[in-house]
Amino acid sequence: MNTLSFSVIATAVGLAVLAFAHWLGLDYFYFAGYTILQFIVLSTAWNILGGYCGYVNFGSAAFFAMGAYSSVFMHKFYPLPVPVLVVIGAVVSGIVGFGMGYLTLRLRGAFFAIATLAMAVVLQTLVINWEYVGGSRGAYIIRPESLEVAGLTINYIEYLFVLMLILAVVALATSRAIERSQLGFGFATIRDDELAAETCGVPTLRLKLIATTLSGAFMGMAGAPFPYYIGYLQPQSAFGLEYAVNSIAMPMIGGTTSWVGPLVGAILLGSAQQYATVTISSAVNLLIVGLMLVAFVIIAPNGLIGLVQERLRRRQP
Amino acid sequence: MDISFDLLINAIVAGLLLGGFYAAVTAGVSISFGMLDIVNIAHPAFIILGCYIAYFFNINYGVDPIIVSIVALPAFYALGAAVYQVYYQSFEKRGQESLRGLAFFFGLLFVTEVSLILVFGVDYRYVEAAYIGPSIHIGLIDMPLRMLVPCLVALAMFGALEIFVTRTFIGRAIMAVSQDQLALQLMAADPIRIKRIAFGISIATASMAGALLIIIQPVEPSVGREYIGRVFAICVLGGLGSMPGTLIAAFLLGVVESLTATFYGPSWAPAVAFGFLLLTLAFRPAGLMGR
Repeated sequence: MNTLSFSVIATAVGLAVLAFAHWLGLDYFYFAGYTILQFIVLSTAWNILGGYCGYVNFGSAAFFAMGAYSSVFMHKFYPLPVPVLVVIGAVVSGIVGFGMGYLTLRLRGAFFAIATLAMAVVLQTLVINWEYVGGSRGAYIIRPESLEVAGLTINYIEYLFVLMLILAVVALATSRAIERSQLGFGFATIRDDELAAETCGVPTLRLKLIATTLSGAFMGMAGAPFPYYIGYLQPQSAFGLEYAVNSIAMPMIGGTTSWVGPLVGAILLGSAQQYATVTISSAVNLLIVGLMLVAFVIIAPNGLIGLVQERLRRRQP
Repeated sequence: MDISFDLLINAIVAGLLLGGFYAAVTAGVSISFGMLDIVNIAHPAFIILGCYIAYFFNINYGVDPIIVSIVALPAFYALGAAVYQVYYQSFEKRGQESLRGLAFFFGLLFVTEVSLILVFGVDYRYVEAAYIGPSIHIGLIDMPLRMLVPCLVALAMFGALEIFVTRTFIGRAIMAVSQDQLALQLMAADPIRIKRIAFGISIATASMAGALLIIIQPVEPSVGREYIGRVFAICVLGGLGSMPGTLIAAFLLGVVESLTATFYGPSWAPAVAFGFLLLTLAFRPAGLMGR
């Protein structure tokens, strides 16, 4: 299946989800669905660098927050429609990703991971000290009730839901296309043996920079509509550790080698969390995510996808 | 801005005291990351665990936090050895330490933090001891005992570790395993056992560092995250595996952070460590005293 037909099918699935949501007519479904779609984009973005290249990014929350805060900045500076903000968020986070990669990717992989972790703390420090975007008090963004598009009145939360649905389709199609392209094979050589790849003439640094930039840009895209969704953005919620841990746990639990893994992980873990947050408490649900991450990396190194593949392989004589 | 002399001197002294404490916080990572190549990003979470153990016994039984931490050393050692055993069996043996090993430690960090939140809540906690409060005045210089005592204890611990690593058989074996694991095996020493001991010691230092941290400042479970950047910045700046380098880097970071906090405001201080880390990685990845 080539990328075009995959995109058509993905879009069709997206439209079916939308039709179902519309038929259901529940505002809560849009709220919950938005969060899950946001995690699909985040974990797919993480997987482009983490799963394909083998470089661990602990700073997903920072890239996400960069997207969110660039929206807050634009909201105060010169209000633009949300789709434009998504592009701006992507550019800002992409540049941050590129810069991070440029400084640390020439060294061993662990340095990149540590640097991303430290970067999250520092960017949070910067935002806390930046009064224009609300500082530590946070910023209010009044979400309009509805939106007029071509004479139609659309519920605003539905509008955000559709936007995130489109982003999820784009992210999945991109990561699947990468997986099957020369770029993807290049990434895989880096993951398997970077030294050998370098010796064979694979431009590893350039490929890694492409991966960090792309991955960062998608995380920024996921973050850009967030202030409009939540209505009140403060540094602690935008830089929350749950984004960092979820965007690692979801691909790890689903399986990191293919685009299906992050999708499966995000849907399973995302809906389980929505359920647990409502029924138990949000702290307990984060504990569950952490424990599942630890359990899966120990017991099922290739995630759910790996388990299924193993089962299929065994069945064949 | 006019910089008065006594303010500057006091900021430098405070920075040196802080640096001594940072040395204790980094000692564990210097062993695990510097010598064993285990990227234990969960180390600050173990430090926070140490804080809460010190807090628990201090508040309920009135025991001095430093004494609590010394009593808790064997427990932390055992915890470290157990964590290493899991890490070795699941990742190092299969050659998967880079991606999954990192995710494992990240998960541990997260689980520890959330568990502490569930047990103790997100309020700031502090300990009580005779030396929290008074200060020593020498001329222009003010030295709060709250900083001086942790600094001295930290330096004593750091010195003991340095002597252990350079003088004893096990210590030298740890240095050897960081250089050539195969050669150590040929000398009939079990590298896995040596690494397990070393990792146990590295986690044991977290017990002490935790008690010192909660003496210096009130603690809540997510404070540990601020230290991730710091410990790795110090470790990399000092040069991986070099204990003297770590000590120098710790003092350097302490002084620069203290100067930043005094002249620009405390909320900027966490950014300093990151600046250090990036500059070191970009210009001198081997660190000050790297091999």
